Amino acid sequence: MDKLNNQLIIERMESQFGSTFVVLGEPHGLLTISVEADQIIAFLQFLKEDENLRFNYLTDITGVHYPKEEKAFHIVYHVYNMLQNIRLRIKVAVAGPIPTVPTATVLWHGANWMERETYDFFGIIFEGHPDLRRILNMDELDVFPMRKEYPLEDPNRVDKKDFYFGR
Amino acid sequence: MSKPITKITPNAAVFFDNDPQDELITLNIGPTHPATHGVFQNVVQIDGERIVSGVSTIGYIHRAFEKIAEHRPFYQITPLTDRLNYCSAPINNMGWHMTVEKLLNIEIPKRVQYMRVIVMELARIADHIICNGILGVDTGAFSGFLYVMQEREFIYEIFEEICGARLTTNIGRIGGFERDFNEIAFRKIDEFLERFPPVLKEFENLFVRNRIFIERTSGVAAVTPEEALSYSWSGPILRATGVDYDVRVVAPYCAYEEFDFDVPVGTTGDVYDRFMVRNEEMWQSLKIIKQAVEKIGKEPAGIFHADVPAFYLPPKEQVYTNMEALIYHFKIVMGEWETPQSEVYHAVEGANGELGFYLIHDGGRSPYRLHFRRPSFINYQMFAPMSSGMLISDAIINMSSLNVIAGELDA
Repeated sequence: MDKLNNQLIIERMESQFGSTFVVLGEPHGLLTISVEADQIIAFLQFLKEDENLRFNYLTDITGVHYPKEEKAFHIVYHVYNMLQNIRLRIKVAVAGPIPTVPTATVLWHGANWMERETYDFFGIIFEGHPDLRRILNMDELDVFPMRKEYPLEDPNRVDKKDFYFGR
Repeated sequence: MSKPITKITPNAAVFFDNDPQDELITLNIGPTHPATHGVFQNVVQIDGERIVSGVSTIGYIHRAFEKIAEHRPFYQITPLTDRLNYCSAPINNMGWHMTVEKLLNIEIPKRVQYMRVIVMELARIADHIICNGILGVDTGAFSGFLYVMQEREFIYEIFEEICGARLTTNIGRIGGFERDFNEIAFRKIDEFLERFPPVLKEFENLFVRNRIFIERTSGVAAVTPEEALSYSWSGPILRATGVDYDVRVVAPYCAYEEFDFDVPVGTTGDVYDRFMVRNEEMWQSLKIIKQAVEKIGKEPAGIFHADVPAFYLPPKEQVYTNMEALIYHFKIVMGEWETPQSEVYHAVEGANGELGFYLIHDGGRSPYRLHFRRPSFINYQMFAPMSSGMLISDAIINMSSLNVIAGELDA
């Protein structure tokens, strides 16, 4: 097969999944697609095992919180094709209050801690995860600190208000 | 399709309430113990000296870097990156600045790129020195560590000459450096290139064919490439398994494509190979630094940053005397910049592996979301599963060969 590029990846994905995914763009050359939560494992598995695509290396999993959006939580997967040296970003948007996606540990052992970290910070439940516990924060913590509703500093502090800085 | 993994079992919780009939003993390795190389804990069940199962607990020095980064302008995030892998802080700094430059589409002058290469490779050597030296200590050879420690001090002196700091360097600016390398810095780099090879050779002689060292490390904690890839390993420990993956080669940054160097790979993926890969990487780093110094000599002198006044902090003396400079300084420090709404993933080859920065920017003063892909965090998760069946003493040297930096583990 020719050297993979973003267009070929999209075509290959379309041939398998039709129009069930959305191409969000190519910020700084990195193709970014969005899929539905219930399909993510099928997508990742196809990306990993398809002979042409071979995104066999899971680089990273993380979450993002957009409190104003209807589906407030995005789970972001970065996968990498080592043979052809091309990366791909996949996003899954899920709604609260208990956002849930299936776990990727069925495909990569390395997803275990990445998902635990995402759960720890955002409260995203990875269904089927073998050991979904907090990893960096203490077990007794009852909030998910990376959500936007938890400000970093005491909101009652006045010395850091914008108007003191002419804004 | 890769081979199915049979040897490794996923992380499973340890049973704390032992059956008294069952003679397994629960042992805490860490959180603070010289053998853990940082503040993290492994609770293992042992049968005699053999580990039956284990679970790793991390997070003891978690400092909420990602949350803090959401509330800080770009320059104020640099000190956070310093404290990720404090053994090679400049690589983290440079990686962060490169991420921001990618976001802002800033082109960096060639000379600055070479300067960055020098700093990063020196940091890599400093990191590998510690890792391999400590691996020697863990196998009972203390003198090797002492030989190379002095060289690490010398690298820190070079950093001090370049930026004024030694450990948490906070080196660099968006677009380049705060000041040019002075004469003394260049002289010291030359001196380092002279004095380090014999020391490294001596260090090598102490270990490479040492019967005790080979017996202790060869065949210990051997990992197959399939296992390593399934656990998303990167860096020297992945290359020790035979996978030729180096970010400097596959996605060159800072003009790495212009340099002539080899990527050392191992064959067995055991502790000995990890030691050897790191050792060889130090030789390659020396080679790269030498080339970079030569290349700098061919570039026009005195260029140490890109011409981006909107993002590059003006020199202090100008801030005191020039109104424009004062305004720029204030705007930059307060994060009042015109930035695009975009997202960017940038990776550099850290001393431990792929150090990635995933930045989502909404045009505000600070990142909307910043995620650090820390190689130690990802590399370390295999430790507990792979220790099952291992002797405690082997697990200890396995841990030091993974080069887990607690700051990077916990972020």
